[in-house]
Amino acid sequence: MKLIAAMSGGVDSAVAAARAAEAGHEVTGVHLALAANPQKYRSGARGCCTIEDSHDARRAADVVGIPFYIWDMAEEFHQGVVENFLSEYASGRTPNPCLRCNEKIKFAAVLDRARAMGFDGVVTGHYAITREGSTGKTLHRAIDNSKDQSYVLAVLTIEQIAGAIFPLGDTEKVDIRKEAAERGLYVANKPDSHDICFVPSGNNASWLHDRLGSEVGPIVDQSGTKIGEHKGAYTYTIGQRKGLGLSVPTEDGSPRFVLKIEPKTNTVVVGSREELAITKMFGEKPVWCGPEVTDKPTQGFVQIRAHGQALPCEYFYDGNQLVATLEKPLLGLATGQAMVIYDGDRVVGSATVSETLA
Amino acid sequence: MVSGAIEAMRTQLEKLGNPSSLHTQGREVRKELELAREQLAKVIGCHASEIIFTGSGTEANNTAIKGLYWKNRALGRNLVVISAIEHHAILDPAHWLHDHDGAEVVSIGVTKSGVVDLDALKVLIDNRGDEIAVISVMHSNNETGVIQPIAQIVAMANVASIPVHSDCVQSFCKVPLSFAELGLTAMTLSAHKIGGPLGIGILVLKRGIDIPAILHGGGQERDIRSGTLNAPSIVGFAVAATSSIPVAEIAELREEFTSGVLAEIPDAFLNGDSAQEHLPGIVNITFPGTESDTLLLLLDSKGISASTGSACTAGVQRPSHVLLAMGHNDKSARSSLRFSLGATTTRDEIKKVIELLPSVIEQARTANLR
Ligand SMILES: Cc1ncc(COP(=O)(O)O)c(C=O)c1O
Repeated sequence: MKLIAAMSGGVDSAVAAARAAEAGHEVTGVHLALAANPQKYRSGARGCCTIEDSHDARRAADVVGIPFYIWDMAEEFHQGVVENFLSEYASGRTPNPCLRCNEKIKFAAVLDRARAMGFDGVVTGHYAITREGSTGKTLHRAIDNSKDQSYVLAVLTIEQIAGAIFPLGDTEKVDIRKEAAERGLYVANKPDSHDICFVPSGNNASWLHDRLGSEVGPIVDQSGTKIGEHKGAYTYTIGQRKGLGLSVPTEDGSPRFVLKIEPKTNTVVVGSREELAITKMFGEKPVWCGPEVTDKPTQGFVQIRAHGQALPCEYFYDGNQLVATLEKPLLGLATGQAMVIYDGDRVVGSATVSETLA
Repeated sequence: MVSGAIEAMRTQLEKLGNPSSLHTQGREVRKELELAREQLAKVIGCHASEIIFTGSGTEANNTAIKGLYWKNRALGRNLVVISAIEHHAILDPAHWLHDHDGAEVVSIGVTKSGVVDLDALKVLIDNRGDEIAVISVMHSNNETGVIQPIAQIVAMANVASIPVHSDCVQSFCKVPLSFAELGLTAMTLSAHKIGGPLGIGILVLKRGIDIPAILHGGGQERDIRSGTLNAPSIVGFAVAATSSIPVAEIAELREEFTSGVLAEIPDAFLNGDSAQEHLPGIVNITFPGTESDTLLLLLDSKGISASTGSACTAGVQRPSHVLLAMGHNDKSARSSLRFSLGATTTRDEIKKVIELLPSVIEQARTANLR
């Protein structure tokens, strides 16, 4: 096949490209320039898309022996990922930008462009597995559970999965590093990136503060009584306990947690640990990674964070909302997060959490 | 590289001496190096003592524009004049002088065909001639191949006693060029554009003119450029400069190529072709509705190399400042490619490109509509 390998400059995508080329595919490396004003150097585990990263990607492509290009996706990235991140926070939700990036950039803008140029698909260094099934290619968890990235890929449609190649899903991360060293890839020991790549400081709250401004507002308890003030509602997350700065203690001295963020009134609602618990979640704008979910209640698992637990649940889709009812209550779930449904290790689909119920 | 140059370099590499040393080996290397200097001087049309060897064309450009500015700023001239289509090795030092050293920089525009606007330059010299520290205009442009009216610029500058530097990297050995006849104060050359080695350049600087150095040290080259001389590369440079490039054949292939491309892609158009003179080996073509980096990838996968304006430090393609200066907008500038033809280009290669181009353009247009 003729494939585009998306190369970030990290060890995973370098090995993925090498494996695809070794498997006999005609591979062309592409580094996505996502920042309009890239920084020169990378500091530790933070960020990607620095000039150093594009250098590392080019060097890896040379070692692998494939052509290499840089595609400017800064505008697409800004519109599809950064602005979405800001507007979601501004409306009191907690978005996951990596998911949006896969949905809008890597397997949309890049895959579309690749296909138009006569390529068959896009290779990435994501830890996930695809399998050929009777209904087409399906998406599955990687064997390295601690590295599994199927969660952030659960926004891909069947069409997009058909054009996605994940050569690393069958290998443990430690072995990928070893393999990179054996292949003579200089990035073998480069630290992984963890934080949000476009927040170079790693401090999301202050980054948001700089862009959304901060308006002081009330912190209220469940009854609506004001018990404190916050410095900008979006810097809080559901379930947060520290840093609330409340001076009015609860009657029994138990801690308070953020239960809800109401952007319209700029209010943060706090309450007890028990009040944080939810058992039911509703998701909008579902994407199916395989056969569509029906209104027939089905047993499976739901995951609500990139490296979170798979929680046993019953789920169905009523044609409008994806609904999951948990076996055991869950403490703290912010709207805007993605709920990803699994059938064993297969990704069924995902939706954006719009509402939760106790 | 020219095979004779490789041979000459190999022989030099086997010799030990430092050309600045006084011992026998040093003397021997120096003898060959100075012979190379004399051979180069003959080709350049300058005096051997006017040649200052540098580590690259970029270094020669930097030394010239900064040095001439510093020299004349001391005499009360603070204006640096360049053309809008200079290579980054002139644009960037000029902007650096502005940002860090208080220079005023004026960039002279070009006509639609890519020739420096002489009327604008004349107005500037008439009004502010005594403020101008240096004028730097390239002899021919590396993206369009358009040749600039350097002799006329020198004549205009002489009236106000302004030194003129010209980046002649692209013209050297491709079109007639003489330092003395042009009446230049300074000129930049680079070996790798004529089949010589990488990493060796020349600043030709008129006798009797001293400029402040950028690299200080042993004072090897007229105290203007310090550093042990790279004898093997200098010898290789001289051999390349004295080998002849089949310019007429290249120009003929260029004509075949351009007429072939225009016949196959009717809405494509040439940039700079309406200029009176251009280099034999450079063709710049706009293919409306395409993106140049898509074209590069598709062409390269078929074994054809072309290039675009320039990339920023992160490697992202930028619309060419040269094409923008010629009146292109961002979009059409980004739809343009430069093809280079050289001594090794064959008629078959030209035919192959013309044959493959329609399908490549078609695919690039589809990809652009994504
Ligand atoms: C017009 C022009 N000036 C300067 C340079 C820089 O020369 P060098 O590569 O030797 O630094 C080049 C080419 O690279 C060029 O085309």
